Amino acid sequence: MSNIEITKKILTARFDVINHDSIDEYISHNGYTALKKAMATTGEKIISEVKTAGLKGRGGAGFPTGLKMESVLQAEGLPKYIICNADEGEPGNFKDRYLMEKDPHQLIEGIIICAYAANINHGYIFIRGEYINAINIMDKALEQARVNGYLGDNILDSGFNFDMEIYTGAGSYICGEEFALLVTIEGKQGRATYKPPFPTTCGLYNKPTQINNVETFCNIPHIINMGGEEFSKIGTDSSKGTKLVCLSGNIVNPGLYEVELGTSIRDIIDKLGKGVPNNRAIKMVQLGGASGPVIPENMLDIKLDSKEMSKIDLTYGSGAIIVMDDRIDILDILKRIIEFFHHESCGKCTPCREGLTQMLILLDRFIDGVATSDDLAILEILMETMNQASICGLGQAAPTATQKVLEYFREEFTSKIRSTDSNVV
Amino acid sequence: MNMVNIKINNKDVKVAKGTSILNAAKEVGITIPNLCYHPDQEVKANCRVCVVEVEGARTLQASCATEVKEGMVIRTNTQKVRQSRKVVIELLLANHDMDCTSCKKNNQCDLQEIAANIGVRESRFENVLVKQEIDTSSSSIERNPNKCIRCGRCIQMCSEVQGLAILDYVGRGGSVDVKPAFGMYLNNAACVACGQCSVVCPVAAITEKEDIEQVWEAINNPNITVVVQTAPAVRVSLGEEFGLEPGKIVTGKLVASLRALGFDKIFDTDFTADLTIIEEGHELLKRLSDGGTLPMLTSCCPGWVNFIEQYYPELLPHLSSCKSPQQMFGALVKGYYAEKIGKKPKDVYSVSIMPCTAKKFEAKREEMSVDGENLDVDIVLTTRELAKMLRQAGVDFTILEEEEYDTPFGLSSGAGVIFGATGGVMEAALRTVYEVVTGKTLENLDFMAVRGLEGIKEAKVDLDGTIVKVAVAHSLSKAKQIMELIKEGKADYSFIEIMCCPGGCIGGGGQPFGGTDELRIKRTNAIYEADKGLPIRKSHENPAVSELYKEFLIEPLGEKSHHLLHTKYVNRKK
Repeated sequence: MSNIEITKKILTARFDVINHDSIDEYISHNGYTALKKAMATTGEKIISEVKTAGLKGRGGAGFPTGLKMESVLQAEGLPKYIICNADEGEPGNFKDRYLMEKDPHQLIEGIIICAYAANINHGYIFIRGEYINAINIMDKALEQARVNGYLGDNILDSGFNFDMEIYTGAGSYICGEEFALLVTIEGKQGRATYKPPFPTTCGLYNKPTQINNVETFCNIPHIINMGGEEFSKIGTDSSKGTKLVCLSGNIVNPGLYEVELGTSIRDIIDKLGKGVPNNRAIKMVQLGGASGPVIPENMLDIKLDSKEMSKIDLTYGSGAIIVMDDRIDILDILKRIIEFFHHESCGKCTPCREGLTQMLILLDRFIDGVATSDDLAILEILMETMNQASICGLGQAAPTATQKVLEYFREEFTSKIRSTDSNVV
Repeated sequence: MNMVNIKINNKDVKVAKGTSILNAAKEVGITIPNLCYHPDQEVKANCRVCVVEVEGARTLQASCATEVKEGMVIRTNTQKVRQSRKVVIELLLANHDMDCTSCKKNNQCDLQEIAANIGVRESRFENVLVKQEIDTSSSSIERNPNKCIRCGRCIQMCSEVQGLAILDYVGRGGSVDVKPAFGMYLNNAACVACGQCSVVCPVAAITEKEDIEQVWEAINNPNITVVVQTAPAVRVSLGEEFGLEPGKIVTGKLVASLRALGFDKIFDTDFTADLTIIEEGHELLKRLSDGGTLPMLTSCCPGWVNFIEQYYPELLPHLSSCKSPQQMFGALVKGYYAEKIGKKPKDVYSVSIMPCTAKKFEAKREEMSVDGENLDVDIVLTTRELAKMLRQAGVDFTILEEEEYDTPFGLSSGAGVIFGATGGVMEAALRTVYEVVTGKTLENLDFMAVRGLEGIKEAKVDLDGTIVKVAVAHSLSKAKQIMELIKEGKADYSFIEIMCCPGGCIGGGGQPFGGTDELRIKRTNAIYEADKGLPIRKSHENPAVSELYKEFLIEPLGEKSHHLLHTKYVNRKK
């Protein structure tokens, strides 16, 4: 297979074809046609198309987008809000930045369609503070959309009013967590909170709120244009459409690729990334970003398919693929990952706040070669508690990579247990 | 009521829709351990101790934050739950000063109790506590960050109930702390020393400033006469410290216990509460007749006085010039009683037992000294500290025979007792003002409109044709609302009672740990029960007060009163 065969450009089709600064070029490349089509029909019809399409959230959790839209539409309480989560902070991810920088109107069109579907009049794009370029581009694009009548009052003479503004975070990872993001817009400290209730019924200012990832919104115009039925033919039975993949690490051609869901990780690494420099062996690949699982080389044939992956307790998450060759020190990698979460934890709940500190201490014992088998046992119990009892996804997912290392590379830990300890696992 | 059917630990139960799993379990006799949850506060769900298994849920659920749903199957004691709870408690202990045996809350600590109950024998984690300085800057409360478990109860109390937000989360991740902005000391922050944070703190991170040792020294000094006064609210809460039913009136036991500790004279702050009513009532009448600043605001609550001095100094002319009953008492002890018993003020040691932490600060105000050398009230002990002294001395409070207060400051009216509950000062004042103004006997002494836990209460009283409108507020968030009304010129009241703590003094910051509205209601009921049971229920009918005027003070608002019983305030805006 060549590149062309496994690359499927839908969301990235206009990348570098049109000038991102020009709404006219966007319009001349099929832009805002989906919005017109959508506005000629009802919210229910739009949502039904999205459900038929089988689109699932692209931020990592994979919740069915149509269901989310439906529950916002049905939720009681006004005003309702729509928020685009562009706080792309997961290490290894840069797809949302590209989507905003290369084709800003695709995102804007997707958000407007969703707002129209659930009759929402106000929206926010929450963009990570470090994404200065994306912020400027989106800002300009929003203004162009206003001038051209796609935002503001009486959009396209439909009687529908909608506008949105950019809100920038200060760079805190936790603010990508939806509740932390919401309270930040409200002017509070970015800390997670318990759910339910979910944002769809009780979100921004306790009002029904639809929050989706940038890539999710960018799929919407294509679903409307091709129809849900047609869209659902792309991908696999359980994973529809394409996926933007952020390929990084020890790879010849790192970068952003769009592939049809169902593509194998090995194909992405070998055919798009052109393998590992100097043909070194792959030791481990991390999926989704720092909070995602790691797999060994012999599992790379697994496909980006939620059903297949969930069978072995994996997810493709937000689509990052980080390749690590045989020179890496796995425990060192894990320590860096946990240091990242330790730094980014909001500190609200006990398992995450205190657990990450203790994970670092325990990892250091293995790195220093002074760990005992008891240390391994308590590390595993601690991580299980973090998975089970943390208040939000950060604490629940932070130990994932370490747990997967213990599943696939257990000797990395057991070999570091002090040899005087007779009770080696 | 809408009911749902659920299963808890294989037992079928019917509970009201909207109930949390935590409370549903309680209904069937299962206590789920918890630390950040507080029945009067918004759910925080951050300690993660109360997690349970809910069938179908991917992870364990915080039972405080999860509402029951029809058909829900809950398990509160599986291996998974037990392990998680244990790890969470061990994690907290691993970032906690483990000097439990010498801790101020040894045996009164929720964390300690839960650790014991769920079978924690050691923390399997390395202790990572980075010791921080204990903030002893306040004369009322002490903040020990080395004990803090970041549950946020104090934060909610300070910001939601008191409207101050002195304490908040600072930093993030492993370095999250609860402290005043910029790490300020409490005495530099605009804290009013109400101590409500200490009442809700489940551990020893915020406690009263402990002043017990000085009192032992005085008691054991044969050259010093130690007199003690007891505030109204202490008699309806002290029993809780010894396992008695909340709301039990223990006045007689309280007196006996103080005598058992070796105090020389046991007096009652209720006496000066009656005196306050006489002085304050006349001040109000004077303001009404002379066109003085109205509405007049009560001044018996030191947390509230701190609040107006720091946050609304422009409204100080509204504040009654009367000292609080505690300070009137202190002034009488040093400026009248000492001489009466042939002692110098310095040889009479004046102690007060208060439900309050702010009283400690009040006693140390430099103007609170009638001779300019000795403080009128030497030491203020909270209800909790008195309980500690009794435990130290091995006094079995529960079996003590009831005893009577000493004379002359032991006699009081029911009006003095109800000072302990929100609305009580107002009611006591109305009982007296009505009779003084109209010359008639008040038929119904119970002013129900000013009683109860509603935040702001209003009443109108007909004083022989003159309608006087009054208001009562408790908690500082409510006081703030009243202050804004006054500033906007919309407060058409003549007299307003304000108490800093929710429920008034019965809910004070020095009362037994773990205060809730449920307890406040029980203590309030007890206060009114105590009032009803007294032969004298109006301050102006207290013969000991009349005697004091005849013998010494001469007249309300007179020269002696001016010197001993009234004070001035300062702008202390921060």
